[in-house]
Amino acid sequence: MAVLQMQRISICGLKKDRKAILEKIQSLGIMEMNQVAEDEQGFEKMDTLNARISFEKKAQTAEQALAVLDIYAPKKKSIFASLEGKPEIEKSKFNQAMDRKDEIIKNAAQILKKERSIAETKGNILKLENQIEMLDPWLNLDVPMNFKGTKKTTLILGTVTPDVTTDMLYEKLAQEEQLEGVEIQTVYADKDVVSLAVLCMNTEAQAVEDVLRTFGFARPSRLTHWIPAKKVEMLETKIRMLEEQIVETENVIAGYADAREELEIISDYFRMRAGKYEVLGTLPQSERTFFISGYVPEKAVPVVKKAIGEKFDCVLDIEELKEEEEPPVILENNAFSDSVEGVLESFGLPKKGEIDPTTVMSFFYVFFFGMMLSDAGYGALVALACFIVLKKFPRMSKSMHKSIKMFMFCGVSTMVWGILFGGYFGNVVDIVSQTFFGKTVTIPALWFAPLDNPMKLLIYSVGFGLVHLFVGLGMKGYMELKEGKILDFFCDVVLWYIFLAGLILLLIPTDIFASLAQTEIVFSPFMSTLSKVLAIGGAVGIILMSGRDNKNPALRIALGAYDLYNVTGWLSDALSYSRLLALGLATGVIASVVNQMGSMFGKSAVGVIGFVLVFLIGHTLNLAINILGAYVHTNRLQFVEFFGKFYEGGGKSFEPFKADTHYVDIKEEK
Amino acid sequence: MFDNLGIVFALTGAALSVILAGMGSAYGVGVAGQAAAGVVTEDPSKFGKVLIMQLLPGTQGIYGLLVAFVTLNNIGILSGKPADLSGAQGLMILAACLPIAIVGLVSARHQGKTAVASIGIVAKKPDQFGKAMLFPAMVETYAILALLISIMAINAIQF
Repeated sequence: MAVLQMQRISICGLKKDRKAILEKIQSLGIMEMNQVAEDEQGFEKMDTLNARISFEKKAQTAEQALAVLDIYAPKKKSIFASLEGKPEIEKSKFNQAMDRKDEIIKNAAQILKKERSIAETKGNILKLENQIEMLDPWLNLDVPMNFKGTKKTTLILGTVTPDVTTDMLYEKLAQEEQLEGVEIQTVYADKDVVSLAVLCMNTEAQAVEDVLRTFGFARPSRLTHWIPAKKVEMLETKIRMLEEQIVETENVIAGYADAREELEIISDYFRMRAGKYEVLGTLPQSERTFFISGYVPEKAVPVVKKAIGEKFDCVLDIEELKEEEEPPVILENNAFSDSVEGVLESFGLPKKGEIDPTTVMSFFYVFFFGMMLSDAGYGALVALACFIVLKKFPRMSKSMHKSIKMFMFCGVSTMVWGILFGGYFGNVVDIVSQTFFGKTVTIPALWFAPLDNPMKLLIYSVGFGLVHLFVGLGMKGYMELKEGKILDFFCDVVLWYIFLAGLILLLIPTDIFASLAQTEIVFSPFMSTLSKVLAIGGAVGIILMSGRDNKNPALRIALGAYDLYNVTGWLSDALSYSRLLALGLATGVIASVVNQMGSMFGKSAVGVIGFVLVFLIGHTLNLAINILGAYVHTNRLQFVEFFGKFYEGGGKSFEPFKADTHYVDIKEEK
Repeated sequence: MFDNLGIVFALTGAALSVILAGMGSAYGVGVAGQAAAGVVTEDPSKFGKVLIMQLLPGTQGIYGLLVAFVTLNNIGILSGKPADLSGAQGLMILAACLPIAIVGLVSARHQGKTAVASIGIVAKKPDQFGKAMLFPAMVETYAILALLISIMAINAIQF
């Protein structure tokens, strides 16, 4: 249980070695860069922005090419892909790819070019399809659309809205304008548009069109010199050709599938170089030398010394951190406790001066989680599933590994609680034996069944909660003692312990407690005097001492009284642990509901199948929702009740300068 | 007449706890689901996280079901041999069901709204998932307290 001690390492080396040294630091991945502001003359920072951008661009090109490959030559991924982690490759393979980097990037560019050409072709197809659509109303016309007419007649093509009928047009033309030599043919009609072919005398053409315009007659915007049906046929042939072209291009892209691995490596290669140049840009450099500084965990210092100090001509300076420095935080815990580090991180890493509560928290975490889920069957299932996943995917990311390990421990704890409370998939043993064998068999609870005696479990839940809270207060005391604040320790921690212990002792012999616990506890006169002394002594102490920073005695007492009011906070904190009981009951009761529903099919072959189906679906749902509930509420108990007593968090996590790869890990040569 | 209605009152209590708590959860999960769907359209990789957020207001409905089931079991409706309840006993069971029914309804609605806000956190700062999850969980405390009282009261009623 510890926050690792950090030290500052400063390296002053020759400029010719700078890239080699940076590469070494990057591959070690144990140093967080933190340059000291150097305003000394002769030191300048190098502008690496352009180089960096060009590397990032190349990394992106490779990445985009990979995305294209995923579309046209999809790689089979199992549903567990996210657990598998990055594959490890040999350094030699990496170097091979590096030697061919220009060629690989060219390939990537080629893939992207093909992809663009596909997009363009698709755009062209869309244009052609639009043209076909525009020809739709004219498909029945058997002359080319730009057909002007014969020697004496003129053909006018155009569309009107469907509410205009040919009769209306004839009437208007004949009666009002005396234009009689007109032939109107409906070529096409649907609910939006009616297309007309109007044939009239050359001499009357203008007049006829003017009349038609009053009805909203509009000429088509595009005229083809082909018969429309023929034109459509031609367009369709063209589309087919383009589609074939697309398929061909797609096949060409799919042919690059073998290049996937190289692309992945090269994308990571350029990403690493970009990272290196980013750091390089922050280093102060003189004409011949350069300067690196950063944080390294104390125990990794010898590694850095050996890898850099002994291999290069440089000065390596190690110093303790200064008072005002806020070093990055890295936690180190035993194999059991480090599994809940992720939970702590999601609240906040310890800030400077705080201790790492992971170890203490881990025990309570697993304990409470198991109590909330409390079913031997569910616990065994969860623990087993997590164990298999851990064994099967050893290369998953570290944080994922930790969380799955945490759920494995929680599963074991759930199993233990399940055995204590007699829950095995709810009451499946009872139901199955009763329904299918006609004789009720019950696995007895090792301790007691919560539904039979919820009050007892409620008292235990609050009791466990009080232990949790007292440990939290103890952690506060430990931190204060470590900083040498003896008076604070006494006033903020010891007095509260005395006061609360007194209150609890006062509560136990009362009627209320007796009715809850269903047994009456009678204290000896000594004990009852002791409880009163503790409670009153603690209360007086708190009233007198809490406002000790204040000179004004009246204000000091008032502040003390206000602090004493915090006892209500303790009450609500303790009651909050009743969720241990409630969630445990919820799991068990819903599991019983599922079993009961399953048994309703009766004792027959259908009954067995029905039972198995209901069992599988029901328990899967119940398990899922209750794991979620147990996880959320265990977190809450830690974050709100436990951390509320002593822990703030807010530390910055240790982010070493390392090879920040996306696709592969490179095996270090020994 | 009144004494014949005991079992009816008890059943009403069981029904109310499922109906009201279920309505609350349906609303809560509904609004949270809308927000979650919005996040997934932008970034499908956050599906797992926002799904958990969406599920948080769903527990009240389950608590309601739980209380209803314990009630039905206790009054013997499930086994086909309804207990002979007096009117007063029936009303007591009805009263015992009310905490989870009413608090379930109200807290699930509020938890749903809080879940929507927390989904907003996940959308913008996915690394703050742990803290985001805590806000809806705070609301749930009161549903848990109500559940506790409902279950203890139902178990304590003798007949």
